[in-house]
Amino acid sequence: MVAENIENVKGAIHIDNLVKTFISNEGETVAALNGVNLDIPAGSFVSLIGPSGCGKTTLLRQIAGLAEPTSGGVFVDGKKITKPGADRGFAFQQATLFPWLNIRDNISLGLRARHVYKEHKQDVDEFIETVGLKGFEKSYPHELSGGMNQRASLARALVGHPDILLLDEPLGALDAFTRMAMQDEIHRLWKKYKTTMVMVTHDVDEALYLSNYVVVMKARPSKIEQVIKIDLPFPRVRTQDTFVLYRKKILEILNFAGKIPEPEYYL
Amino acid sequence: MKNKLTNTLRRFLPFLGVIVALAIHLLIEDSDEHPEAEEAYYTWILYFFLVTTFILGIVSTFVKKLKKSLEYSGAFWGGVGIVVAIIDIVIGKLALFPVLFFPKYDNILAQFFEGYEIILKCIWHSTKLLVTGFLYGAGFGFVTGVLLGFNKKFNYWINPYIKLIGPIPATIWIPISLTIFPTTFGASVFIIALSVWFSVALMTSSAIQAVPKAYFEVSRTLGASSAFQIFRVGIPAAMPSIFLGVFYGIISAFLALMTAEMFGVKYGIGWYISWQKAMLVYSGVYAGIIVIAVYCMLILTLLFKLRDKILNWQKGTLKW
Ligand SMILES: Nc1ncnc2c1ncn2[C@@H]1O[C@H](COP(=O)(O)OP(=O)(O)OP(=O)(O)O)[C@@H](O)[C@H]1O
Ligand SMILES: [Mg+2]
Repeated sequence: MVAENIENVKGAIHIDNLVKTFISNEGETVAALNGVNLDIPAGSFVSLIGPSGCGKTTLLRQIAGLAEPTSGGVFVDGKKITKPGADRGFAFQQATLFPWLNIRDNISLGLRARHVYKEHKQDVDEFIETVGLKGFEKSYPHELSGGMNQRASLARALVGHPDILLLDEPLGALDAFTRMAMQDEIHRLWKKYKTTMVMVTHDVDEALYLSNYVVVMKARPSKIEQVIKIDLPFPRVRTQDTFVLYRKKILEILNFAGKIPEPEYYL
Repeated sequence: MKNKLTNTLRRFLPFLGVIVALAIHLLIEDSDEHPEAEEAYYTWILYFFLVTTFILGIVSTFVKKLKKSLEYSGAFWGGVGIVVAIIDIVIGKLALFPVLFFPKYDNILAQFFEGYEIILKCIWHSTKLLVTGFLYGAGFGFVTGVLLGFNKKFNYWINPYIKLIGPIPATIWIPISLTIFPTTFGASVFIIALSVWFSVALMTSSAIQAVPKAYFEVSRTLGASSAFQIFRVGIPAAMPSIFLGVFYGIISAFLALMTAEMFGVKYGIGWYISWQKAMLVYSGVYAGIIVIAVYCMLILTLLFKLRDKILNWQKGTLKW
Protein backbone atom coordinates (compact mmCIF):
# COMPACT_ATOMS: atom_id res chain seq x y z
CA MET A 1 0.00 0.00 0.00
CA VAL A 2 1.37 3.42 -0.83
CA ALA A 3 1.66 5.71 2.11
CA GLU A 4 -0.53 8.58 1.03
CA ASN A 5 -1.46 10.36 4.21
CA ILE A 6 -4.96 11.74 4.37
CA GLU A 7 -4.33 15.11 6.06
CA ASN A 8 -3.64 13.55 9.45
CA VAL A 9 -0.08 12.93 10.60
CA LYS A 10 -0.76 10.59 13.52
CA GLY A 11 -1.85 7.00 13.47
CA ALA A 12 0.14 5.47 10.61
CA ILE A 13 0.52 1.71 11.07
CA HIS A 14 3.38 -0.33 9.70
CA ILE A 15 3.22 -4.09 10.09
CA ASP A 16 6.49 -5.84 9.46
CA ASN A 17 6.58 -9.57 8.76
CA LEU A 18 4.32 -10.29 11.72
CA VAL A 19 4.10 -13.88 12.92
CA LYS A 20 1.93 -15.05 15.79
CA THR A 21 1.71 -18.68 16.79
CA PHE A 22 -0.28 -20.31 19.55
CA ILE A 23 0.26 -23.64 21.22
CA SER A 24 -3.05 -25.49 21.21
CA ASN A 25 -4.21 -27.67 24.10
CA GLU A 26 -3.00 -30.74 22.23
CA GLY A 27 0.45 -29.19 22.09
CA GLU A 28 0.33 -28.40 18.39
CA THR A 29 1.60 -25.10 17.05
CA VAL A 30 -1.12 -23.03 15.36
CA ALA A 31 -0.01 -20.11 13.23
CA ALA A 32 -2.69 -17.47 13.61
CA LEU A 33 -0.65 -14.98 11.57
CA ASN A 34 1.90 -16.23 9.12
CA GLY A 35 4.12 -13.33 8.06
CA VAL A 36 1.82 -10.34 7.61
CA ASN A 37 3.12 -7.18 5.92
CA LEU A 38 0.84 -4.18 5.73
CA ASP A 39 1.10 -0.40 5.66
CA ILE A 40 -1.85 1.63 6.76
CA PRO A 41 -1.56 5.38 6.09
CA ALA A 42 -2.55 7.69 8.90
CA GLY A 43 -6.18 8.67 8.76
CA SER A 44 -7.30 5.96 6.37
CA PHE A 45 -10.14 3.53 6.79
CA VAL A 46 -9.14 -0.10 6.36
CA SER A 47 -11.44 -3.11 6.50
CA LEU A 48 -10.20 -6.62 7.21
CA ILE A 49 -12.30 -9.34 5.68
CA GLY A 50 -11.76 -13.07 5.53
CA PRO A 51 -13.04 -16.46 6.63
CA SER A 52 -13.57 -17.23 10.30
CA GLY A 53 -10.34 -18.18 12.08
CA CYS A 54 -8.04 -16.50 9.56
CA GLY A 55 -6.49 -14.31 12.24
CA LYS A 56 -8.38 -11.01 12.01
CA THR A 57 -8.87 -10.64 15.74
CA THR A 58 -5.30 -11.76 16.34
CA LEU A 59 -4.05 -9.02 14.01
CA LEU A 60 -6.11 -6.33 15.80
CA ARG A 61 -4.82 -7.54 19.17
CA GLN A 62 -1.27 -7.23 17.88
CA ILE A 63 -1.87 -3.64 16.81
CA ALA A 64 -3.46 -2.94 20.18
CA GLY A 65 -0.43 -4.39 21.93
CA LEU A 66 -2.49 -6.88 23.92
CA ALA A 67 -0.20 -9.79 23.04
CA GLU A 68 3.47 -10.22 22.18
CA PRO A 69 4.26 -11.08 18.57
CA THR A 70 6.12 -14.34 17.99
CA SER A 71 8.34 -12.51 15.51
CA GLY A 72 8.18 -9.34 13.47
CA GLY A 73 6.33 -6.35 14.82
CA VAL A 74 3.82 -3.56 14.59
CA PHE A 75 4.95 0.06 14.39
CA VAL A 76 2.70 3.06 14.95
CA ASP A 77 4.13 6.35 13.72
CA GLY A 78 7.52 4.65 13.64
CA LYS A 79 7.40 3.36 17.22
CA LYS A 80 7.30 -0.32 17.98
CA ILE A 81 4.21 -1.43 19.87
CA THR A 82 4.95 -3.29 23.11
CA LYS A 83 1.87 -2.62 25.21
CA PRO A 84 -1.66 -1.20 24.96
CA GLY A 85 -2.23 2.52 25.12
CA ALA A 86 -5.06 4.99 24.95
CA ASP A 87 -3.83 6.14 21.52
CA ARG A 88 -5.24 2.89 20.13
CA GLY A 89 -8.91 2.37 20.96
CA PHE A 90 -10.39 -1.11 20.72
CA ALA A 91 -14.04 -2.06 20.31
CA PHE A 92 -14.08 -5.76 21.08
CA GLN A 93 -16.03 -8.46 19.26
CA GLN A 94 -17.98 -8.99 22.52
CA ALA A 95 -19.25 -5.81 24.14
CA THR A 96 -17.50 -6.62 27.48
CA LEU A 97 -19.12 -3.83 29.43
CA PHE A 98 -18.57 -3.85 33.19
CA PRO A 99 -21.77 -5.14 34.78
CA TRP A 100 -21.29 -3.09 37.96
CA LEU A 101 -21.22 0.24 36.12
CA ASN A 102 -24.14 1.91 34.44
CA ILE A 103 -23.95 2.80 30.76
CA ARG A 104 -22.66 6.30 31.34
CA ASP A 105 -19.93 5.17 33.72
CA ASN A 106 -18.98 2.39 31.34
CA ILE A 107 -18.56 4.85 28.51
CA SER A 108 -16.55 7.29 30.58
CA LEU A 109 -14.30 4.53 31.98
CA GLY A 110 -11.26 5.42 29.88
CA LEU A 111 -11.54 9.12 30.65
CA ARG A 112 -11.68 8.36 34.35
CA ALA A 113 -8.76 5.95 34.10
CA ARG A 114 -6.68 8.75 32.60
CA HIS A 115 -8.05 11.37 35.00
CA VAL A 116 -9.43 13.56 32.22
CA TYR A 117 -13.11 12.94 32.86
CA LYS A 118 -13.96 16.44 34.07
CA GLU A 119 -12.66 18.12 30.93
CA HIS A 120 -14.46 15.71 28.64
CA LYS A 121 -17.84 15.36 30.32
CA GLN A 122 -19.54 16.85 27.29
CA ASP A 123 -17.86 14.37 24.97
CA VAL A 124 -19.49 11.57 26.94
CA ASP A 125 -22.92 13.10 26.43
CA GLU A 126 -22.19 13.65 22.78
CA PHE A 127 -21.20 10.06 22.18
CA ILE A 128 -24.12 8.69 24.17
CA GLU A 129 -26.33 10.61 21.82
CA THR A 130 -24.33 9.52 18.77
CA VAL A 131 -24.80 5.84 19.50
CA GLY A 132 -28.46 6.41 20.35
CA LEU A 133 -28.37 5.57 24.04
CA LYS A 134 -29.79 8.81 25.35
CA GLY A 135 -32.14 8.04 28.21
CA PHE A 136 -30.31 4.84 29.08
CA GLU A 137 -27.34 6.46 30.83
CA LYS A 138 -28.43 5.15 34.22
CA SER A 139 -29.29 1.65 33.02
CA TYR A 140 -27.04 -1.30 33.72
CA PRO A 141 -25.72 -3.46 30.85
CA HIS A 142 -27.91 -6.44 31.76
CA GLU A 143 -30.97 -4.26 31.35
CA LEU A 144 -30.20 -3.49 27.70
CA SER A 145 -30.20 -5.52 24.51
CA GLY A 146 -27.05 -6.99 23.00
CA GLY A 147 -27.04 -4.39 20.24
CA MET A 148 -27.36 -1.54 22.72
CA ASN A 149 -24.48 -2.96 24.72
CA GLN A 150 -22.37 -3.13 21.61
CA ARG A 151 -23.14 0.49 20.79
CA ALA A 152 -22.13 1.45 24.33
CA SER A 153 -18.87 -0.42 23.88
CA LEU A 154 -18.30 1.47 20.63
CA ALA A 155 -18.90 4.78 22.40
CA ARG A 156 -16.47 3.74 25.15
CA ALA A 157 -13.72 3.23 22.57
CA LEU A 158 -14.55 6.43 20.67
CA VAL A 159 -14.90 8.89 23.50
CA GLY A 160 -11.17 9.07 24.24
CA HIS A 161 -10.44 10.25 20.66
CA PRO A 162 -7.71 7.70 19.95
CA ASP A 163 -5.42 8.14 16.92
CA ILE A 164 -6.26 4.63 15.84
CA LEU A 165 -9.54 2.83 16.33
CA LEU A 166 -9.57 -0.96 16.12
CA LEU A 167 -13.05 -2.30 15.51
CA ASP A 168 -13.72 -6.03 15.77
CA GLU A 169 -17.05 -6.58 14.03
CA PRO A 170 -18.48 -3.57 15.83
CA LEU A 171 -21.88 -3.83 14.21
CA GLY A 172 -22.16 -7.61 14.27
CA ALA A 173 -25.00 -7.74 16.80
CA LEU A 174 -27.13 -5.02 15.23
CA ASP A 175 -30.22 -5.34 13.06
CA ALA A 176 -29.91 -4.26 9.42
CA PHE A 177 -31.54 -0.89 9.95
CA THR A 178 -29.53 0.22 12.99
CA ARG A 179 -26.50 -1.19 11.29
CA MET A 180 -26.81 1.10 8.28
CA ALA A 181 -27.44 4.07 10.54
CA MET A 182 -24.35 3.19 12.58
CA GLN A 183 -22.28 2.84 9.42
CA ASP A 184 -23.17 6.41 8.52
CA GLU A 185 -22.31 7.44 12.06
CA ILE A 186 -18.92 5.72 11.94
CA HIS A 187 -18.23 7.38 8.60
CA ARG A 188 -19.15 10.78 10.01
CA LEU A 189 -16.91 10.26 13.04
CA TRP A 190 -14.05 9.15 10.85
CA LYS A 191 -14.42 12.27 8.68
CA LYS A 192 -14.68 14.48 11.73
CA TYR A 193 -11.78 13.18 13.82
CA LYS A 194 -9.60 11.74 11.03
CA THR A 195 -8.93 8.68 13.14
CA THR A 196 -7.16 5.77 11.49
CA MET A 197 -9.76 3.03 11.40
CA VAL A 198 -9.06 -0.69 11.18
CA MET A 199 -12.31 -2.60 11.10
CA VAL A 200 -12.95 -6.33 10.96
CA THR A 201 -16.17 -7.21 9.20
CA HIS A 202 -17.86 -10.15 7.55
CA ASP A 203 -20.01 -7.87 5.47
CA VAL A 204 -18.51 -7.02 2.06
CA ASP A 205 -20.97 -4.17 1.53
CA GLU A 206 -20.08 -2.64 4.86
CA ALA A 207 -16.40 -2.80 4.00
CA LEU A 208 -17.01 -1.17 0.62
CA TYR A 209 -19.31 1.47 2.04
CA LEU A 210 -16.76 2.72 4.55
CA SER A 211 -13.20 1.93 3.52
CA ASN A 212 -10.30 3.35 1.56
CA TYR A 213 -8.77 -0.10 1.51
CA VAL A 214 -10.19 -3.57 1.84
CA VAL A 215 -7.71 -6.17 3.07
CA VAL A 216 -8.76 -9.70 2.15
CA MET A 217 -7.23 -12.38 4.38
CA LYS A 218 -7.12 -16.12 3.92
CA ALA A 219 -6.79 -19.02 6.31
CA ARG A 220 -4.38 -21.95 6.49
CA PRO A 221 -1.82 -20.49 6.27
CA SER A 222 -3.15 -17.18 7.62
CA LYS A 223 -1.97 -14.43 5.31
CA ILE A 224 -3.07 -11.35 3.51
CA GLU A 225 -4.44 -12.43 0.15
CA GLN A 226 -4.89 -9.05 -1.45
CA VAL A 227 -5.23 -5.36 -0.61
CA ILE A 228 -7.80 -3.54 -2.73
CA LYS A 229 -7.88 0.22 -2.93
CA ILE A 230 -11.47 1.44 -3.24
CA ASP A 231 -11.40 4.39 -5.63
CA LEU A 232 -14.91 5.68 -5.05
CA PRO A 233 -15.94 9.05 -3.68
CA PHE A 234 -17.84 9.37 -0.41
CA PRO A 235 -20.72 9.11 0.30
CA ARG A 236 -20.93 5.82 -1.47
CA VAL A 237 -24.01 4.43 -3.14
CA ARG A 238 -24.57 0.73 -2.63
CA THR A 239 -26.40 0.32 -5.94
CA GLN A 240 -23.85 2.11 -8.09
CA ASP A 241 -22.31 0.03 -10.91
CA THR A 242 -18.70 0.46 -9.76
CA PHE A 243 -19.71 -0.41 -6.20
CA VAL A 244 -21.29 -3.62 -7.46
CA LEU A 245 -18.16 -4.38 -9.48
CA TYR A 246 -15.98 -4.02 -6.39
CA ARG A 247 -18.29 -6.30 -4.49
CA LYS A 248 -18.05 -8.94 -7.22
CA LYS A 249 -14.27 -8.68 -7.21
CA ILE A 250 -13.94 -9.11 -3.45
CA LEU A 251 -16.33 -12.03 -3.37
CA GLU A 252 -14.31 -13.71 -6.10
CA ILE A 253 -11.11 -13.27 -4.13
CA LEU A 254 -12.80 -14.62 -1.01
CA ASN A 255 -13.99 -17.62 -2.96
CA PHE A 256 -10.54 -18.09 -4.34
CA ALA A 257 -9.18 -17.83 -0.81
CA GLY A 258 -11.08 -20.99 -0.12
CA LYS A 259 -14.21 -19.92 1.65
CA ILE A 260 -17.16 -17.61 1.49
CA PRO A 261 -17.27 -15.65 4.74
CA GLU A 262 -19.31 -17.57 7.23
CA PRO A 263 -22.55 -16.14 8.55
CA GLU A 264 -22.26 -14.52 11.95
CA TYR A 265 -25.01 -16.58 13.44
CA TYR A 266 -25.81 -20.21 13.06
CA LEU A 267 -29.32 -21.41 13.60
CA MET B 1 -65.68 -10.17 46.57
CA LYS B 2 -64.82 -13.61 47.86
CA ASN B 3 -61.18 -12.98 47.05
CA LYS B 4 -61.14 -9.80 49.05
CA LEU B 5 -62.60 -11.64 52.02
CA THR B 6 -59.95 -14.35 52.00
CA ASN B 7 -57.25 -11.72 51.65
CA THR B 8 -58.57 -9.90 54.72
CA LEU B 9 -58.72 -13.20 56.54
CA ARG B 10 -55.12 -13.88 55.57
CA ARG B 11 -53.99 -10.70 57.26
CA PHE B 12 -55.64 -11.84 60.48
CA LEU B 13 -54.27 -15.38 60.41
CA PRO B 14 -51.39 -14.46 62.77
CA PHE B 15 -54.01 -13.15 65.17
CA LEU B 16 -55.96 -16.42 64.87
CA GLY B 17 -52.75 -18.36 65.48
CA VAL B 18 -52.20 -16.51 68.75
CA ILE B 19 -55.82 -17.17 69.77
CA VAL B 20 -55.30 -20.90 69.21
CA ALA B 21 -52.10 -20.89 71.26
CA LEU B 22 -53.71 -18.85 74.01
CA ALA B 23 -56.87 -20.98 74.10
CA ILE B 24 -54.87 -24.18 74.41
CA HIS B 25 -52.67 -22.70 77.10
CA LEU B 26 -55.53 -21.37 79.19
CA LEU B 27 -57.97 -24.26 78.75
CA ILE B 28 -55.58 -27.14 79.46
CA GLU B 29 -53.73 -27.44 82.76
CA ASP B 30 -49.94 -27.65 82.72
CA SER B 31 -48.54 -31.01 83.81
CA ASP B 32 -47.61 -30.81 87.49
CA GLU B 33 -44.27 -32.46 86.80
CA HIS B 34 -42.98 -29.01 85.80
CA PRO B 35 -41.76 -26.70 88.52
CA GLU B 36 -44.03 -23.66 88.69
CA ALA B 37 -42.62 -20.32 87.48
CA GLU B 38 -42.98 -17.16 89.53
CA GLU B 39 -45.35 -15.59 87.04
CA ALA B 40 -47.41 -16.64 84.02
CA TYR B 41 -44.82 -15.24 81.60
CA TYR B 42 -46.00 -17.28 78.64
CA THR B 43 -49.56 -15.96 79.05
CA TRP B 44 -48.21 -12.40 79.19
CA ILE B 45 -46.31 -12.92 75.98
CA LEU B 46 -49.35 -14.41 74.27
CA TYR B 47 -51.48 -11.42 75.32
CA PHE B 48 -48.81 -9.12 73.98
CA PHE B 49 -48.86 -10.84 70.59
CA LEU B 50 -52.64 -11.02 70.65
CA VAL B 51 -52.74 -7.24 70.76
CA THR B 52 -49.91 -6.64 68.28
CA THR B 53 -51.19 -9.07 65.64
CA PHE B 54 -54.64 -7.54 65.91
CA ILE B 55 -53.27 -4.01 65.55
CA LEU B 56 -51.11 -5.11 62.62
CA GLY B 57 -54.17 -6.61 60.94
CA ILE B 58 -56.11 -3.36 61.33
CA VAL B 59 -53.23 -1.04 60.38
CA SER B 60 -52.39 -3.10 57.30
CA THR B 61 -55.80 -2.22 55.86
CA PHE B 62 -54.48 1.29 55.36
CA VAL B 63 -50.79 0.74 54.66
CA LYS B 64 -50.38 -0.74 51.21
CA LYS B 65 -46.92 -2.20 51.61
CA LEU B 66 -47.77 -3.87 54.91
CA LYS B 67 -50.97 -5.18 53.39
CA LYS B 68 -49.13 -6.91 50.56
CA SER B 69 -46.51 -8.48 52.79
CA LEU B 70 -49.06 -9.59 55.39
CA GLU B 71 -51.31 -11.13 52.76
CA TYR B 72 -48.31 -13.15 51.70
CA SER B 73 -46.79 -14.07 55.05
CA GLY B 74 -49.94 -14.12 57.19
CA ALA B 75 -50.51 -17.84 56.72
CA PHE B 76 -46.93 -18.58 57.75
CA TRP B 77 -47.18 -16.65 61.01
CA GLY B 78 -50.55 -18.25 61.73
CA GLY B 79 -48.75 -21.57 61.30
CA VAL B 80 -46.08 -20.49 63.74
CA GLY B 81 -48.87 -19.99 66.31
CA ILE B 82 -50.00 -23.58 65.74
CA VAL B 83 -46.45 -24.96 66.05
CA VAL B 84 -45.94 -23.05 69.30
CA ALA B 85 -49.24 -24.46 70.59
CA ILE B 86 -48.27 -28.03 69.66
CA ILE B 87 -44.97 -27.72 71.52
CA ASP B 88 -46.94 -26.38 74.48
CA ILE B 89 -49.14 -29.49 74.43
CA VAL B 90 -46.29 -31.96 74.05
CA ILE B 91 -44.01 -30.40 76.68
CA GLY B 92 -46.04 -28.16 78.95
CA LYS B 93 -49.33 -30.03 79.09
CA LEU B 94 -48.38 -33.68 78.66
CA ALA B 95 -44.71 -33.60 79.74
CA LEU B 96 -43.92 -36.36 77.22
CA PHE B 97 -40.18 -35.75 77.70
CA PRO B 98 -38.15 -35.49 80.91
CA VAL B 99 -39.02 -32.06 82.33
CA LEU B 100 -35.45 -31.42 83.48
CA PHE B 101 -34.21 -31.25 79.88
CA PHE B 102 -37.43 -29.99 78.31
CA PRO B 103 -38.75 -27.14 80.48
CA LYS B 104 -42.04 -25.49 79.71
CA TYR B 105 -42.33 -22.00 78.20
CA ASP B 106 -42.93 -20.20 81.49
CA ASN B 107 -39.60 -21.40 82.86
CA ILE B 108 -37.63 -20.48 79.75
CA LEU B 109 -39.20 -17.04 79.65
CA ALA B 110 -38.47 -16.60 83.33
CA GLN B 111 -34.77 -16.61 82.43
CA PHE B 112 -35.34 -13.51 80.31
CA PHE B 113 -37.66 -11.74 82.71
CA GLU B 114 -35.62 -12.47 85.81
CA GLY B 115 -32.11 -12.65 84.39
CA TYR B 116 -32.16 -10.09 81.59
CA GLU B 117 -29.33 -8.14 83.14
CA ILE B 118 -26.82 -10.93 82.82
CA ILE B 119 -28.12 -11.92 79.39
CA LEU B 120 -27.70 -8.36 78.10
CA LYS B 121 -24.23 -8.24 79.56
CA CYS B 122 -23.38 -11.47 77.78
CA ILE B 123 -24.77 -10.20 74.48
CA TRP B 124 -22.72 -7.04 74.80
CA HIS B 125 -19.58 -9.01 75.59
CA SER B 126 -20.06 -11.37 72.65
CA THR B 127 -20.76 -8.46 70.32
CA LYS B 128 -17.56 -6.71 71.32
CA LEU B 129 -15.55 -9.86 70.65
CA LEU B 130 -17.31 -10.61 67.40
CA VAL B 131 -17.06 -7.13 65.95
CA THR B 132 -13.41 -6.66 66.88
CA GLY B 133 -12.39 -10.09 65.65
CA PHE B 134 -14.47 -9.79 62.51
CA LEU B 135 -13.07 -6.39 61.55
CA TYR B 136 -9.47 -7.53 61.99
CA GLY B 137 -10.09 -10.79 60.19
CA ALA B 138 -12.03 -9.29 57.29
CA GLY B 139 -9.52 -6.47 56.88
CA PHE B 140 -6.45 -8.69 56.84
CA GLY B 141 -8.29 -11.31 54.81
CA PHE B 142 -9.21 -8.79 52.16
CA VAL B 143 -5.66 -7.48 51.88
CA THR B 144 -4.25 -11.00 51.79
CA GLY B 145 -6.76 -12.01 49.13
CA VAL B 146 -6.01 -9.00 46.95
CA LEU B 147 -2.27 -9.63 47.20
CA LEU B 148 -2.72 -13.32 46.44
CA GLY B 149 -4.99 -12.52 43.52
CA PHE B 150 -2.85 -9.89 41.87
CA ASN B 151 0.72 -10.52 42.92
CA LYS B 152 2.32 -13.63 41.42
CA LYS B 153 5.36 -13.53 43.72
CA PHE B 154 3.26 -13.18 46.84
CA ASN B 155 1.09 -16.00 45.61
CA TYR B 156 4.10 -18.24 45.01
CA TRP B 157 5.69 -17.70 48.42
CA ILE B 158 2.67 -17.35 50.65
CA ASN B 159 -0.19 -19.34 49.16
CA PRO B 160 1.09 -22.79 50.20
CA TYR B 161 1.26 -21.72 53.85
CA ILE B 162 -2.24 -20.34 53.66
CA LYS B 163 -3.48 -23.56 52.12
CA LEU B 164 -1.79 -25.46 54.94
CA ILE B 165 -2.97 -23.34 57.85
CA GLY B 166 -6.31 -22.12 56.53
CA PRO B 167 -8.42 -25.27 56.63
CA ILE B 168 -7.47 -26.10 60.23
CA PRO B 169 -10.51 -25.13 62.32
CA ALA B 170 -9.55 -21.91 64.07
CA THR B 171 -10.86 -23.22 67.36
CA ILE B 172 -8.02 -25.74 67.50
CA TRP B 173 -5.75 -22.80 68.32
CA ILE B 174 -7.72 -21.82 71.40
CA PRO B 175 -5.46 -23.53 73.97
CA ILE B 176 -2.35 -22.08 72.33
CA SER B 177 -3.70 -18.56 71.90
CA LEU B 178 -4.92 -18.54 75.50
CA THR B 179 -1.34 -19.01 76.62
CA ILE B 180 0.17 -16.57 74.14
CA PHE B 181 -2.19 -13.64 74.69
CA PRO B 182 -2.15 -11.89 78.05
CA THR B 183 -5.94 -11.55 78.12
CA THR B 184 -8.69 -13.96 77.16
CA PHE B 185 -10.22 -11.09 75.22
CA GLY B 186 -7.13 -10.83 73.01
CA ALA B 187 -7.01 -14.59 72.63
CA SER B 188 -10.61 -14.85 71.47
CA VAL B 189 -10.30 -11.88 69.13
CA PHE B 190 -7.35 -13.64 67.56
CA ILE B 191 -9.29 -16.88 67.11
CA ILE B 192 -12.28 -15.11 65.59
CA ALA B 193 -10.09 -12.99 63.33
CA LEU B 194 -8.21 -16.08 62.18
CA SER B 195 -11.38 -17.87 61.13
CA VAL B 196 -12.74 -14.84 59.26
CA TRP B 197 -9.37 -14.12 57.70
CA PHE B 198 -9.15 -17.47 55.96
CA SER B 199 -12.53 -17.50 54.28
CA VAL B 200 -12.29 -13.86 53.19
CA ALA B 201 -8.74 -14.28 51.86
CA LEU B 202 -9.60 -17.47 50.00
CA MET B 203 -12.77 -16.14 48.39
CA THR B 204 -11.16 -12.81 47.51
CA SER B 205 -8.11 -14.31 45.85
CA SER B 206 -10.00 -16.94 43.88
CA ALA B 207 -12.60 -14.38 42.84
CA ILE B 208 -9.94 -12.01 41.57
CA GLN B 209 -8.25 -14.79 39.64
CA ALA B 210 -11.60 -15.68 38.09
CA VAL B 211 -12.25 -12.16 36.77
CA PRO B 212 -12.53 -12.44 32.97
CA LYS B 213 -9.27 -11.47 31.30
CA ALA B 214 -11.27 -9.41 28.84
CA TYR B 215 -12.12 -6.88 31.58
CA PHE B 216 -8.45 -6.16 32.11
CA GLU B 217 -7.78 -6.03 28.37
CA VAL B 218 -10.56 -3.51 27.89
CA SER B 219 -9.22 -1.31 30.64
CA ARG B 220 -5.67 -1.57 29.32
CA THR B 221 -6.70 -0.41 25.85
CA LEU B 222 -8.39 2.53 27.59
CA GLY B 223 -5.10 3.53 29.18
CA ALA B 224 -5.77 2.28 32.71
CA SER B 225 -2.89 2.12 35.20
CA SER B 226 -2.21 -0.98 37.30
CA ALA B 227 -3.79 0.66 40.32
CA PHE B 228 -6.91 1.39 38.32
CA GLN B 229 -7.03 -2.20 37.12
CA ILE B 230 -6.79 -3.47 40.68
CA PHE B 231 -9.15 -1.11 42.44
CA ARG B 232 -11.62 -0.18 39.75
CA VAL B 233 -11.74 -3.37 37.68
CA GLY B 234 -10.51 -6.44 39.56
CA ILE B 235 -11.97 -5.75 42.99
CA PRO B 236 -15.40 -4.56 41.85
CA ALA B 237 -15.67 -7.53 39.50
CA ALA B 238 -14.76 -9.86 42.35
CA MET B 239 -17.08 -8.16 44.85
CA PRO B 240 -19.94 -10.69 44.74
CA SER B 241 -17.62 -13.56 45.66
CA ILE B 242 -15.77 -11.43 48.20
CA PHE B 243 -19.12 -10.85 49.82
CA LEU B 244 -19.72 -14.57 49.87
CA GLY B 245 -16.39 -14.90 51.69
CA VAL B 246 -17.51 -12.32 54.25
CA PHE B 247 -20.73 -14.25 54.62
CA TYR B 248 -18.95 -17.56 55.29
CA GLY B 249 -16.49 -15.63 57.43
CA ILE B 250 -19.11 -14.33 59.79
CA ILE B 251 -20.59 -17.80 60.18
CA SER B 252 -17.24 -19.32 61.09
CA ALA B 253 -16.55 -16.32 63.32
CA PHE B 254 -19.73 -17.08 65.18
CA LEU B 255 -18.75 -20.70 65.58
CA ALA B 256 -15.31 -19.68 66.82
CA LEU B 257 -16.85 -17.20 69.22
CA MET B 258 -19.17 -19.76 70.76
CA THR B 259 -16.39 -22.31 71.11
CA ALA B 260 -14.00 -19.77 72.60
CA GLU B 261 -16.60 -18.68 75.11
CA MET B 262 -17.37 -22.23 76.11
CA PHE B 263 -13.66 -22.89 76.62
CA GLY B 264 -12.51 -20.24 78.97
CA VAL B 265 -13.69 -16.75 78.20
CA LYS B 266 -15.82 -15.38 81.00
CA TYR B 267 -19.12 -13.81 79.91
CA GLY B 268 -20.66 -14.04 76.49
CA ILE B 269 -23.59 -16.03 75.20
CA GLY B 270 -21.57 -19.21 74.73
CA TRP B 271 -20.30 -18.95 78.28
CA TYR B 272 -23.84 -18.35 79.52
CA ILE B 273 -25.07 -21.55 77.90
CA SER B 274 -22.29 -23.74 79.28
CA TRP B 275 -22.68 -22.15 82.70
CA GLN B 276 -26.42 -22.84 82.76
CA LYS B 277 -25.81 -26.37 81.58
CA ALA B 278 -23.23 -26.95 84.31
CA MET B 279 -25.85 -25.95 86.83
CA LEU B 280 -28.41 -28.19 85.13
CA VAL B 281 -30.65 -25.17 84.43
CA TYR B 282 -31.87 -26.24 81.01
CA SER B 283 -34.37 -23.43 80.78
CA GLY B 284 -31.32 -21.13 80.76
CA VAL B 285 -29.73 -23.21 78.00
CA TYR B 286 -32.82 -22.75 75.84
CA ALA B 287 -32.91 -19.06 76.61
CA GLY B 288 -29.30 -18.84 75.43
CA ILE B 289 -30.11 -20.73 72.25
CA ILE B 290 -33.00 -18.39 71.51
CA VAL B 291 -30.70 -15.43 71.99
CA ILE B 292 -28.18 -16.91 69.57
CA ALA B 293 -30.83 -17.64 66.97
CA VAL B 294 -32.25 -14.13 67.07
CA TYR B 295 -28.75 -12.64 67.14
CA CYS B 296 -27.62 -14.61 64.08
CA MET B 297 -30.75 -13.72 62.20
CA LEU B 298 -30.20 -10.03 62.89
CA ILE B 299 -26.59 -10.19 61.70
CA LEU B 300 -27.51 -12.03 58.52
CA THR B 301 -30.36 -9.63 57.79
CA LEU B 302 -27.97 -6.73 58.24
CA LEU B 303 -25.45 -8.39 55.94
CA PHE B 304 -28.04 -9.02 53.24
CA LYS B 305 -29.22 -5.41 53.45
CA LEU B 306 -25.63 -4.26 53.07
CA ARG B 307 -25.12 -6.56 50.11
CA ASP B 308 -28.22 -5.28 48.36
CA LYS B 309 -26.87 -1.79 48.80
CA ILE B 310 -23.32 -2.45 47.60
CA LEU B 311 -24.15 -5.00 44.92
CA ASN B 312 -27.22 -3.26 43.61
CA TRP B 313 -26.05 -3.86 40.04
CA GLN B 314 -26.13 -7.59 40.58
CA LYS B 315 -29.84 -7.77 41.18
CA GLY B 316 -30.74 -8.69 37.64
CA THR B 317 -27.77 -10.90 36.91
CA LEU B 318 -27.60 -13.36 39.77
CA LYS B 319 -29.29 -14.40 42.99
CA TRP B 320 -28.24 -16.31 46.06
N1 LIG C 1 -5.35 -17.48 22.68
C1 LIG C 1 -5.32 -18.40 21.69
N2 LIG C 1 -4.84 -19.64 21.94
C2 LIG C 1 -4.80 -20.57 20.97
N3 LIG C 1 -5.21 -20.36 19.71
C3 LIG C 1 -5.70 -19.15 19.40
C4 LIG C 1 -5.79 -18.11 20.38
N4 LIG C 1 -6.33 -17.01 19.78
C5 LIG C 1 -6.56 -17.37 18.50
N5 LIG C 1 -6.19 -18.64 18.26
C6 LIG C 1 -6.27 -19.33 16.97
O1 LIG C 1 -5.81 -18.46 15.99
C7 LIG C 1 -6.62 -18.53 14.84
C8 LIG C 1 -7.12 -17.16 14.46
O2 LIG C 1 -8.01 -16.70 15.44
P1 LIG C 1 -8.74 -15.30 15.35
O3 LIG C 1 -9.54 -15.15 16.59
O4 LIG C 1 -7.74 -14.23 15.08
O5 LIG C 1 -9.70 -15.50 14.10
P2 LIG C 1 -10.73 -14.47 13.44
O6 LIG C 1 -10.29 -14.23 12.06
O7 LIG C 1 -10.91 -13.28 14.31
O8 LIG C 1 -12.05 -15.33 13.41
P3 LIG C 1 -13.57 -14.86 13.59
O9 LIG C 1 -13.97 -14.24 12.30
O10 LIG C 1 -14.30 -16.14 13.83
O11 LIG C 1 -13.63 -13.94 14.73
C9 LIG C 1 -7.72 -19.52 15.14
O12 LIG C 1 -7.38 -20.74 14.54
C10 LIG C 1 -7.70 -19.66 16.62
O13 LIG C 1 -8.03 -20.97 16.99
MG1 LIG D 1 -12.49 -12.56 15.52
